[in-house]
Amino acid sequence: MSILVDKNTRLITQGITGSAGLFHSKGCRDYGTNVVGGVTPGKGGTIVEGFPVFDTVYEAVRKTGANASMIFVPAPFAADAILEAIDAGIEIIVCITEGIPVLDMVKVKNVLNSSKSRLIGPNCPGIITPGQCKIGIMPGYIHKEGNVGLVSRSGTLTYEAVYQLTQLGIGQSTCVGIGGDPINGTNFIDCIKLFNEDPQTEAIIMIGEIGGTAEEEAALYIKQNVKKPVVGYIAGLTAPKGKRMGHAGAIISGGKGTASEKIRAMEEAGIIVAKSPAEIGITLKQALKSR
Amino acid sequence: MNIHEYQAKEILKKYGVPVPDGGVAFTPDEAYNVAKRLNTNIYVVKAQIHAGGRGKAGGVKICKSPDEVRQAAEDLLGKKLITHQTGPEGKEVLKVYVEEGCEIAKELYLGVVIDRSSGKITVMASNEGGMEIEEVAAKSPEKILKEQINPSIGIMPFQARKLAYGLGLKDKEAQSMTKFIIALVKCFESCDCSLAEINPLAVLKSGEVLALDAKMNFDDNALFRHKDIEQLRDFTEEDPREVEASKYDLSYIGLTGNIGCMVNGAGLAMATMDIIKLHGGEPANFLDVGGGASTEKVTEAFKLILSDKNVKAVLVNIFGGIMKCDVIAQGIIEAAKIVSLNVPVVVRLEGTNVELGKKMLAESGLNLISADSMSDAAKKVVEAAKGNL
Repeated sequence: MSILVDKNTRLITQGITGSAGLFHSKGCRDYGTNVVGGVTPGKGGTIVEGFPVFDTVYEAVRKTGANASMIFVPAPFAADAILEAIDAGIEIIVCITEGIPVLDMVKVKNVLNSSKSRLIGPNCPGIITPGQCKIGIMPGYIHKEGNVGLVSRSGTLTYEAVYQLTQLGIGQSTCVGIGGDPINGTNFIDCIKLFNEDPQTEAIIMIGEIGGTAEEEAALYIKQNVKKPVVGYIAGLTAPKGKRMGHAGAIISGGKGTASEKIRAMEEAGIIVAKSPAEIGITLKQALKSR
Repeated sequence: MNIHEYQAKEILKKYGVPVPDGGVAFTPDEAYNVAKRLNTNIYVVKAQIHAGGRGKAGGVKICKSPDEVRQAAEDLLGKKLITHQTGPEGKEVLKVYVEEGCEIAKELYLGVVIDRSSGKITVMASNEGGMEIEEVAAKSPEKILKEQINPSIGIMPFQARKLAYGLGLKDKEAQSMTKFIIALVKCFESCDCSLAEINPLAVLKSGEVLALDAKMNFDDNALFRHKDIEQLRDFTEEDPREVEASKYDLSYIGLTGNIGCMVNGAGLAMATMDIIKLHGGEPANFLDVGGGASTEKVTEAFKLILSDKNVKAVLVNIFGGIMKCDVIAQGIIEAAKIVSLNVPVVVRLEGTNVELGKKMLAESGLNLISADSMSDAAKKVVEAAKGNL
């Protein structure tokens, strides 16, 4: 078992003829993901690198039976691409694109809430179930099949944590990058709930950062619902207030969203918070042992 | 992106949000001329800097004649204002806004933000005008009224009425306030704001309402569709290093420590700052070179880091995923040819093609200190900054 994606996932890429879209579609296929085609308006009917290209997501779904989509469409058009995927009934939409206007995401979120689709991201590395399915830009080889579920707002920091786990011989059930934007499709609670219900997942890692209150809300959920061990890490203890730290969502505004507040809330909920980003793996290992 | 009060008021006026009459001035004479034009006998002269807390810092002056306005402008222009938001170094006043005074019955707070949890535009209103909303939220959250805007229908008049009457306004006051709220939310949506805050909002003795102050922030990601707003960016208000960084698509934030950082990815960059601190050092900056770090970007990143004279050592922390370590290594080697690396540089590479990357750096003849993990790198760079390596 795993969450959200597995060997039955049939993936299309929106923006497949762009350089990043094509490069990562091949990367996903090489990893073993069943990439059944892609969409670029105006390029329908062609085949690139063995991928059949369609003009619309609707057509791609009809012809290929795709149930997941990976979006590499440029930011000004990304909201339209997400809405198109929702309209076509795609179950798992993974939006890699960074820089989507927040008010576009306000509209997307509203439509998403009344749909059957799940959006992961935007501004995220994607989702991977090691050994089965990779949707996104993460390096597949650092992952290992196993029993730890990981959810994170960051990209490379997640690779760091995964790498530490794999070095320690600890595999992952599924790793989800929920993205660094203020409004995202899937949040910590959504993933933690799924990990909690997934029999394969024995422990959970959540990696957060400054900005917003998603970590605090997740901590409360964990306190009330989760019996599996949860290890956490929050980036940005040394971040100044009022400055956007790379990610659009990583900003301490109005004194809210500090790392120390988040760490306090998580510790109160029984989450073991790693003090150092170099100790996320070892902290999880100890948590599993002392269970 | 932030803009000045006078710019915000010009935008608000376009959207039908009532503001007092006024004008911006760069010299005392200009201030005098603006005052002459205004139809009033009370004038307000306000320093135009991006930081809040200007009133308490002496940046707002009340005058009774155009001559007094000229004097007030002379006092303010060129002066360094130190508020709780500027930091101890303060901010130089380069322009003032001259405005008509008005007869205020009461002062309110009105703010429009995007609520991250619900993913909706939210209007907040309170009777505690002039107070910082965070303070009100912490002490007496029940004093803040909130309305969430349905994204598919926009603000409805009843929502504005709920807020206006909820604040205890009556008759003409409530009517003016209702119109004000609707206009402000429409402005927020049309301009892709991330914040529009009117604090204080004045209820006049006549029953009209006016934006006495105005703070507007815009979503950087949406500026591509607002070229007019993008032009309002005031580079004198920003850290010149951050401005330089943005030209190369680097994300840089200057800090006060002495260890320069170059990292790929925002989360890892913050974590790198944190681990430096954990090992007893102080980061000099946040710097995310991004996913596609070319030789040019790495060179510019080094230039930026080394332009900070406090920097005593540099930590390069790269987790090569799609970005290959040998490409990064090549970037560092090329950059070192252009930029003179006169401080110790600790390099930690991990990920794709790491062995090749390390070998290239080792054979480059550059004086680099290699580290095997994040902890190792942090310990080494802290020692290096102390001059121990």
